[in-house]
Amino acid sequence: MKIGVLALQGAVAEHAAAIEAVGAEAVAVKTAAQLEALDGLVLPGGESTAMRRLIAGANMLEALQVFAAQKPVFGTCAGLILLARDVENDAPHIGAMNITVARNSFGRQIDSFITDLDVQGTKVSAVFIRAPHITAVGDGVEVLATFDGRIVLARDGHLLGCAFHPELTENRYVFGLFLEMVKKSASARLASHENVL
Amino acid sequence: MIQTGVDAVKRGMAQMQKGGVIMDVINAEQAKIAEAAGATAVMALERVPSDIRKAGGVARMADPRIMEEVMNAVSIPVMAKARIGHIVEARVLESMGVDYIDESEVLTPADEEYHLLKSDFSVPFVCGCRDLGEAARRIGEGAAMLRTKGEPGTGNIVEAVRHLRQVNAQVRQVVSMPKDELMTLAKNLGAPFEVLLQIQALGRLPVVNFAAGGVATPADAALMMELGADGVFVGSGIFKSENPEKFAKAIVQATTHYQDYARITELSKELGAPMKGIDVTSMPFEQRMQERGW
Repeated sequence: MKIGVLALQGAVAEHAAAIEAVGAEAVAVKTAAQLEALDGLVLPGGESTAMRRLIAGANMLEALQVFAAQKPVFGTCAGLILLARDVENDAPHIGAMNITVARNSFGRQIDSFITDLDVQGTKVSAVFIRAPHITAVGDGVEVLATFDGRIVLARDGHLLGCAFHPELTENRYVFGLFLEMVKKSASARLASHENVL
Repeated sequence: MIQTGVDAVKRGMAQMQKGGVIMDVINAEQAKIAEAAGATAVMALERVPSDIRKAGGVARMADPRIMEEVMNAVSIPVMAKARIGHIVEARVLESMGVDYIDESEVLTPADEEYHLLKSDFSVPFVCGCRDLGEAARRIGEGAAMLRTKGEPGTGNIVEAVRHLRQVNAQVRQVVSMPKDELMTLAKNLGAPFEVLLQIQALGRLPVVNFAAGGVATPADAALMMELGADGVFVGSGIFKSENPEKFAKAIVQATTHYQDYARITELSKELGAPMKGIDVTSMPFEQRMQERGW
């Protein structure tokens, strides 16, 4: 499986290393043309405001929206904000995932923290840095983890959104989850392609 | 159970800044220009480095009103500078909720022998370095991010290039060196042995390293990325240029697309005049900010 990491800004190398660690190929993506060859895409942690400007500067918004409508996308932290259909007190961006997010909802950097989460019965160490959280989910969205009553990991069909930073720890559970989604989507596309033939 | 102020969140915050541009600003209006251009953070100051040079005298932590104004104006992280070794300025900035503190040679040092013990604080710190010895000492004290010093307020990239090449050459040396030679290198560099062991194990510095001190054009920013910087700080280069909005946007785009030369060509067209530069070799030694730090 070939999984891209949007490489305009942020923790690109960390996400690429995590993707490789679960056994997929990671590709740094800086242009819309590079999206073609991918089975899935990660929108990495970073600064969401800066990434918005850089996506606009690279003329990638429309291509990212088309990609997210068809293939699996995983947004972490800033990437989650870009992926959400609604952002509190701000305009949505890619707007593909049927959730509402609030930015900086755990406070400033001094309040950033690390904790253990229960993700579907698995203990996952989670780093929250000036993190957003998911304030509401639409129909069909699965809530996969909460912290302190707030939704911090959710799945909407082939879209995965995470408020914390799974790329900053050695635990690859969340990346494994995404790889399964990518594989499932690729085999479904292959099956429908064979049906057409 | 949650843990705050630990290395994972301090260093992680800097990892989220990678590939980005951190801009010096002196008020809310400039901070908004920086944010709109795509800066990943702003450094709130009373004066940019070139004006600190002109003003002379003692440069201190800015009026807290400026930091408050900037923190209220933007949603990106806000950094601020404290004097080297000034424990109370740093504690004041921490209590205000500033996102990152720069223990900076741009301000007049408060202590000519000791830096802050940064591991004592919950807020993360960035510090300047010119070589691996200095970089490793700052990491040993708890810095969660580094920046090569360059020569601030000059608009001259030459010192920034010198320092980044020096640090990276010494990192390569550590990584390729037999372990039994590391202690003597630690002695010669004045570097904590444990930090060199970490560098050898990781194959790189254990914290993010930006370039600073002299970036004035989109090509300068791209050059620092080409040489292996994780991102850039731009001090006087934005708001001392003829057209700060254009310079800010162009420097952000050039930092991301640093190997796309056709794009850098377009970004560099009709920008207006960059900040006026200073030849570092003609500068009296005592005016060199990079000499501050021990």
